[in-house]
Amino acid sequence: MLPFIIRRIVSLCVVLFVIITMTFWLMHTIPGGPFTTEKSLPDSVLKNIEERYHLNDPLWKQYGDYLTNVLTGDLGPSFKYEARSVNDIIAESFPVSAELGIAAVLISLAVGIPAGIISALHRNRWPDYLAMFFSTIGISVPSFILATVLIYLFAIKLDWLPAALWEGPEYGILPALALAGLPTAFIARLMRSSMLDVMAQDYIRTARAKGLSSFTIVYRHALKNAVIPVVTYLGPLTAGILTGSFVVETIFSIPGLGRHFVTSIYNRDYTVILGITVFYSALLVLLNFLVDISYAFLDPRMSLNSSKED
Amino acid sequence: MGKYRLLVFLTVAAIFILSTLLAGCGRKPMDKHLRYSVGAEPQTVDPRKSTGSPEATIEAQIFEGLTALDRYDHPIPAAAQRWDISPDEMKYTFFLRESAKWSNGDPVTAKDFVFAWRSALDPNLASGYAYQLYYLKNGEAYNKGLATAEQIGVKAIDDHTLEVTLEKPTAYFLSLLAFHTYYPVHRSTAQSNEKWAAKVQTIIGNGPFKMTKWVHNSKIEFERNEYYWDAAKVKSNKLTFILTENSATELALFENGLIDMGNNPPISEISRLIKEDHLQIHPYLGTYFYCFNVTKPPFDDPKIRKAFSLVIDREAIIKNVVRGQQKAALGWVPFGLPDAKADDDFRLVGGDLLKDKDVETAKTLLSSAGYPDGQNLPPITLLYNTSESHKAVAEAIQEMWRKNLGVNVSLVNQEWKVFLSSRHRGDYQVSRHGWLGDYADPMTFLDMFTSDSGNNDAQYKNSDYDKLITLAKKTSNPTLRLQALHTAEKMLLDDAVIAPIYFYTQLTMVTPHVKGYTHSVLGVTYFKEAYLE
Repeated sequence: MLPFIIRRIVSLCVVLFVIITMTFWLMHTIPGGPFTTEKSLPDSVLKNIEERYHLNDPLWKQYGDYLTNVLTGDLGPSFKYEARSVNDIIAESFPVSAELGIAAVLISLAVGIPAGIISALHRNRWPDYLAMFFSTIGISVPSFILATVLIYLFAIKLDWLPAALWEGPEYGILPALALAGLPTAFIARLMRSSMLDVMAQDYIRTARAKGLSSFTIVYRHALKNAVIPVVTYLGPLTAGILTGSFVVETIFSIPGLGRHFVTSIYNRDYTVILGITVFYSALLVLLNFLVDISYAFLDPRMSLNSSKED
Repeated sequence: MGKYRLLVFLTVAAIFILSTLLAGCGRKPMDKHLRYSVGAEPQTVDPRKSTGSPEATIEAQIFEGLTALDRYDHPIPAAAQRWDISPDEMKYTFFLRESAKWSNGDPVTAKDFVFAWRSALDPNLASGYAYQLYYLKNGEAYNKGLATAEQIGVKAIDDHTLEVTLEKPTAYFLSLLAFHTYYPVHRSTAQSNEKWAAKVQTIIGNGPFKMTKWVHNSKIEFERNEYYWDAAKVKSNKLTFILTENSATELALFENGLIDMGNNPPISEISRLIKEDHLQIHPYLGTYFYCFNVTKPPFDDPKIRKAFSLVIDREAIIKNVVRGQQKAALGWVPFGLPDAKADDDFRLVGGDLLKDKDVETAKTLLSSAGYPDGQNLPPITLLYNTSESHKAVAEAIQEMWRKNLGVNVSLVNQEWKVFLSSRHRGDYQVSRHGWLGDYADPMTFLDMFTSDSGNNDAQYKNSDYDKLITLAKKTSNPTLRLQALHTAEKMLLDDAVIAPIYFYTQLTMVTPHVKGYTHSVLGVTYFKEAYLE
């Protein structure tokens, strides 16, 4: 276990270094800077600003300074939001994205897994068709359309739920549903096909032959194996939901990190771009790491120390 | 199958119970107070440093300058009770209200103004709007490191008397004082805490409201400032500003009853909102125009520029594309600015400087430039920043040029900052542009086309034009000054450096219950006397 963890931490550091380097040089190749504005600033004013934020230093020096600061955990000041640091921005907005994201992941698991099981157990009968009908819709409808439809229906027409903002639990329902649409559908399909695979295996047949009830067969024997593909998907899914919530956060005006992920690029807010990229990369690596560990618990045949089997 | 009937029944029952529960509680009943969608998250609420429009409106609720603008945008006494102006208009003496207090109860003194202005010009503070204070004597020199702070023309004679010396006479100085860069800041707080403007606890203002809550990217709450000298006139105890930049979200919030007012309705909904009596349209000091790069062929020929400008059907664009009751721009400076006599409007005095949809003249000009029916013109590209509404305008104008001049223009869009760098660099032939006035004087539109102006994206260089602007900036004779400005504007349009399209309007989506707010042509909304009926 320990060598595995050490190996992962070393690879995390290398990955982060490569990501910082690529992001740093890429973002400086985009035309326009943080202080490019409609009303161009007088040269004297621009000079003062560049001096204050060390933007007049040569790029390699800015790069070196940034790396040094990152090592101490300081992601620097935001160029766009005066007197706020990138650390502040992440600390304020990530919990919001996390809350929303976790709700969405839970919804997609709570709906997707049972839907997949029911489909598989009633293959080519109406519960299967119904579940697959909705999952096809879920996969093909983008979250912004789903969000718009949800707002129109539940906020404007029925007036049951708030249309946007983030002021209490009821404000989270529509955005969590909008965000959960696609993963729910995907998990349902994943679960269905993996359940069908497992149900055709010999050990299930043996269990049936022993005369176990179908409930016991599904829940005691089949589920644990069938759910592994879903668990594999959970790592990238969670990271994807946390990073990809930009559209939903914008539509529902939610003060999460997903919005900064995109707007910082429009703003050329260099430190925020880098800081969020670093943060999300670390998060993604961490989540995949947790998924790998969880395999060991789900299926003892998979070992962390040997190379991964597929 | 019995088991599944039960399952279906349970699901249906659960949905039913959940929905009645939700319908029963509905949305959280909010305490009734005015809620307004102000726009994007402010970059800062330090009035010395902010440059944006939502910032200006936020700061206008919590700060107050020496003067304020009345509903006709004329300067009126605010933190200053009265003032004297020297005969040469170089020296202003302001007498501050003794009753003016900060939101923590401290008196507002002349020293607060001196500190605020000096620090706004301090190169180390690096304010993007420092140049708004270049009117002060030695303001620019200090900002460039060529003078000391003490040499700046602002001095506290005593706690309530402020003496201001200008670089040169400035007819609109009293209006400028209502602008946020001229607001005072609470001296001891700003001196001891560099990050005072980032936390609600340390944001101390002298305006009608004080900030009580700021959830970044979400909302700002204000309460009445009980220490404000004119608190008796403040009608609302509480205000909430929602921070969202998405117009569809703003509309949903409005229709859902979560906001009472917002400035950013989607264009596609304008006609419906007007019909429902939910839209108010205010004049806005800004011009939407196309800018020609006068150094790039074929637009180095004024005849061609003029032809391209004249042929535009502005009324059609307003009626069919932008639909916000804008006014066709037949000059450069928009309506709403004073002329030599303060009651006269600069635009009305100047009159129309071109004719809308003047196809005949345009055709003649194009053939006299050697391109009858647009033949043999080099390829032309129109540049705009990526946005559905700019695209719609560009496509309409592309069609007008094709139909009436026989010219095929290709359209290119770029992301905002890429676009800005291209335009600033002069890397374009014809480009979309929009200009909003900073202060209530025609100068804010006209001095951008001088040869040395950083905003002269047209790359226009005309020494006669420069001379007129310099003259207007120097003279203290209003008739002479306005004459120079009118001549300069006419020169700009005769040379067809730009093709003005329309004068902006501010569209405000608002329920009929909101009363008493005022909207300045400079784009700031004041809630001092606003209330919900």
